Amino acid sequence: MAGGGSVRAIRDRIRSVSSTAKVTRAMELVAASKMRRAQERALASRPYSEQMIAVLSQLATFTTGGDGALLHPLLEQREVKSLAYIHITADRGLAGGLNSNMNRAGASMLLEYQPKVDRLSVIPAGRKGRDFFRRSGMSITAEFGELGDFPAFEDVRPIARVVIDDFLSGKVDQVMIGYQRFVNAAVQRPTIKQILPVQPPAGEAAKPVEFIFEPSPKELLATLLPRFVEMQIYAAVLEARASEQSARMVAMRQATDAAKEMVGDLTLAYNKARQEGITGELLDIVGGVAALEGK
Amino acid sequence: MPLKLSIVTAQRTVLERDNVSKLVVPAADGQITVLPHHAALMSSLSIGEMLVYHGDQVEAVAIHGGFFQVLNDQVSVLADAAETSDMIDEARAEAARERAERRLQGRDQDLHGGLDVLRAQLAVQRSLARVKVARRRRTGVPSQRG
Repeated sequence: MAGGGSVRAIRDRIRSVSSTAKVTRAMELVAASKMRRAQERALASRPYSEQMIAVLSQLATFTTGGDGALLHPLLEQREVKSLAYIHITADRGLAGGLNSNMNRAGASMLLEYQPKVDRLSVIPAGRKGRDFFRRSGMSITAEFGELGDFPAFEDVRPIARVVIDDFLSGKVDQVMIGYQRFVNAAVQRPTIKQILPVQPPAGEAAKPVEFIFEPSPKELLATLLPRFVEMQIYAAVLEARASEQSARMVAMRQATDAAKEMVGDLTLAYNKARQEGITGELLDIVGGVAALEGK
Repeated sequence: MPLKLSIVTAQRTVLERDNVSKLVVPAADGQITVLPHHAALMSSLSIGEMLVYHGDQVEAVAIHGGFFQVLNDQVSVLADAAETSDMIDEARAEAARERAERRLQGRDQDLHGGLDVLRAQLAVQRSLARVKVARRRRTGVPSQRG
């Protein structure tokens, strides 16, 4: 019986590929719903960061006191001898090139800084980035994993505390943050920016307003600037999560499509093999009958 | 011209009103009343109750720290946390207040050092603000003239 074995093998293959397609389809749906939520959260936090930038740009004209001294140490620009880099990635894979693109962007930024500074350290937030920098033997000062799909502001504050403490104690002179910026469901862009020292956003050329400050600008900056750092990290994490879910959704859709295409091809091969099997069997029967009659 | 008000936290926009006639704010150095045409002001917030007067309505919002800015009749409140009265369950807020006060008195838990006392005091303040705001829903708010 020609092809009987291959017919069964193809049938098993079809079964296994279509069950894979079911799994990837389910993951696509889960990622799609998580993406919507992650996106909503990222959007919901935007008014706060926009208004904080507006407030800070008003205060920016008061970064130095009457004596020319800086009003807050988080504004201090020093020669950069030690650089810390907060690297935000997902904890899980199956998101296309999302994590490896981020890792590559982070590594190439660090390579660029390497000849210029004495010390580089990485603070990974997310397993994929942590594993990458561990393998590459980078110095890791602190790590933050398992922030979950929908991290709260409170979950992110410890990251800010670490970098603010290190900056104030002089252990690091500059802090960068890298994350996948959510452009839209199909596009995520690795983005790296400086968060310390704080660069006060430039006021939109508004004429200076005579403000009443309560308490003094100095004390206001003391509460505002740490918040600003926390908020930037929080916003980066929210963007990264929205990017993660949309990248996963797209990757899983592609996997589902590929599996379906494969099932189509296999079904064709299966029918062909079955057809051949039947033809072979018919020939056997016809041949057998002819042999009997011929006797 | 009425005041425009927006109360935002890092998580979400809590309240937006564009016809506010008067605003009572729990600022760091005590209560501040903001009326239209107020001078440009930037101040930090303490923990307490914010009263928003608009039309013939008054809304209460529990504010837990942060800062706010008044500029050209636009009031931007950037709160560490904020809740309107319909977001607070009065019974649970009351229970939390009792818990916080007990803890401050050190009856059900011993406190180590000043930091814990400070933390307990803040917890009491926060819970008091929430209880006050939650009660407004039942008892209403003093009239606009008040």
